[in-house]
Amino acid sequence: MKGLVRRSVITLCIALGSLLFWAILELPESRVHLAEQVTPKLAISGVTHPVTAVLLNFRGYDTMLEVAVLFVALVAMLAQRGTRNELHVTAEHRSSIPSHLQVLQWLARVVVPLMILVAGYLLWAGAHRAGGAFQASAVLAAAGVLLKLADMLPVRTTLGPASRSGLLGGLLLFFIVAAAVMPTAPQGSLLQYPHGWAGALILLIEAGLTLSLGLILARMFLLLADDIPSSDGEE
Amino acid sequence: MADLMLDLLLVAALVWTAVQSLTTPNLFRGVVLFIVFGLFMALSWVRLNAPDVALAEAAIGAGLTGALLLNGVGHLREKRRDVSI
Repeated sequence: MKGLVRRSVITLCIALGSLLFWAILELPESRVHLAEQVTPKLAISGVTHPVTAVLLNFRGYDTMLEVAVLFVALVAMLAQRGTRNELHVTAEHRSSIPSHLQVLQWLARVVVPLMILVAGYLLWAGAHRAGGAFQASAVLAAAGVLLKLADMLPVRTTLGPASRSGLLGGLLLFFIVAAAVMPTAPQGSLLQYPHGWAGALILLIEAGLTLSLGLILARMFLLLADDIPSSDGEE
Repeated sequence: MADLMLDLLLVAALVWTAVQSLTTPNLFRGVVLFIVFGLFMALSWVRLNAPDVALAEAAIGAGLTGALLLNGVGHLREKRRDVSI
């Protein structure tokens, strides 16, 4: 019986896989040629990398809403968590470092400054090659996760004003820029940067986004990782 | 020719790590193979001329998701140890 089920599942998977494969081969040729629309306008976008130009200039509001979605997701997670784990405090005041953390702490001390440097580079490089705010913020978040795993990051259960403004700052900055450029933009267009200012504004927005998204992603990880009631205090 | 060989190797490694990470009975092994799969995926994106997607895949797909999964495996182990005592 079990063998029969397994065999039929495998057969179905292979059939679905070949169907998908066939569908990709049979795809009709796209009638929208986005690359040809983006390339001629690249010169006025303020950046020279097409992906960044689309994400932060031509479709800037799209990115704005994406960041808002991430922020709302974090707020929902915080609300759902509630006061359940209020008493769960990580061991931040240990007198001696446990032996299994010594190597990790040394590694974190060496790697985290480098990661911050890499995040800054990715942010800056986004203007003319692969990179940008999302990648930079992922590296920042990874640095935060590493610090947490090495037990070097005192995580409070409640959000202070500093972390609140950090989490919201990037989105707020994006909104402020969107509101500020509105009077100069033609009627009915959102986030149309004034001529000649695009590059500087994009860099400003991306810097804010990097910081906030990094904090949001790291906070999400910490919430998810901390959520399971564990026996941390018994070590 | 060398490019084709590299691509074929990459595809083979992708399929192999995907199958292995799904079928292995050892959870930790599965997670590690998933991270390896993510890194191969990032390499494939580079080969497809999409370095932006590759960066995102390496940072989020392999890095953050992998760390979360490893954390989950750790918690499961702790729980199992508690039960066995």
